[in-house]
Amino acid sequence: MEIMKVVLADDDADDRLLFQEAIEEVKINTHLTLFKDGESLIKYLLDRDTTLPEIVFLDLKMPKKDGFQCLETIRSHSKLKDLVVAIYSTSSSEEDIEQTFIKGANIYINKPNRFKDLKQLIAKVMKINWQYHTSALNKDNFLLRI
Amino acid sequence: MTLNIAYEYDKVVKQILHEKLTELGLDFHLPNSSEISINSHLDKQQEDKLKKTLSKYAIEIIENPKVALVNTIKSSINQWIAMDAVNGKENISDYLSKQLNYSYSHLSQTFSEVTHTSIESFIILKKIDLAKNLLIENTLTLTEIAYRLDYSGVAHLSRQFKKSTGLTPSSFQAIMAKRQKQSQ
Repeated sequence: MEIMKVVLADDDADDRLLFQEAIEEVKINTHLTLFKDGESLIKYLLDRDTTLPEIVFLDLKMPKKDGFQCLETIRSHSKLKDLVVAIYSTSSSEEDIEQTFIKGANIYINKPNRFKDLKQLIAKVMKINWQYHTSALNKDNFLLRI
Repeated sequence: MTLNIAYEYDKVVKQILHEKLTELGLDFHLPNSSEISINSHLDKQQEDKLKKTLSKYAIEIIENPKVALVNTIKSSINQWIAMDAVNGKENISDYLSKQLNYSYSHLSQTFSEVTHTSIESFIILKKIDLAKNLLIENTLTLTEIAYRLDYSGVAHLSRQFKKSTGLTPSSFQAIMAKRQKQSQ
């Protein structure tokens, strides 16, 4: 079975750790790369030697370059514009959600409080994302809020 | 002089396979246009020869038969969804097992194993994907979309749409319209 490449940019060390533990328990084979801020993430994505990931998880509030800015950079760059982007945030503000979708995010995830919920949620996202990568589904319309 | 031709893909493939496999002296039968069932063991030399012969016709042997089966299931599902529902249609399990010559339990097990998703969830995903396209085109009402995709009504479609995407059909439509406006 293929390995799915995943990246997460989140400045909170605990959130990164929990995310890593949760994704390791998902049945799909994944390879996760972690970043502490948006700037290092974008630098990595634009590196010539980088194989682009199947999905990018972005925290909204980050130092240097925040999630909104990363999203804008990704959608406006020819090499990155087709990436699946999932916002991974504590904010449940309707405005944040709508704005990120309008700016081109595919998925909006409210960080859950319980680890069990996080596991379920990541499993769901990875399964749907897998289908988008392997079936004739229209990626331009891929919006998911959980 | 130009001649226009029409052909049936399935029949062409079956005919080519039939001729070529006979030439190679194999004991075989063709259950459908995406499978060859060979009644003996192929040695390496025979297998290479078969691959080489078929490659001339752009026919490729898929190494992982489960992945191949899943691809066939997906295209049959797409056909089933596109079928006219006016006179009521066969349920998906009967349709798939008839089309693909396997028991539904075998098909559904293989599908889940390869894709991590059940056939039922895939159908929902696919139907909602079509609903999204129709919502963006904005030429049909929600009632018409529900009818076209064989939902019992708007409420049923809206419920499944919300469950699948986390958004209501109308908020999805509004977001996509704003997105389009912004990118112009």
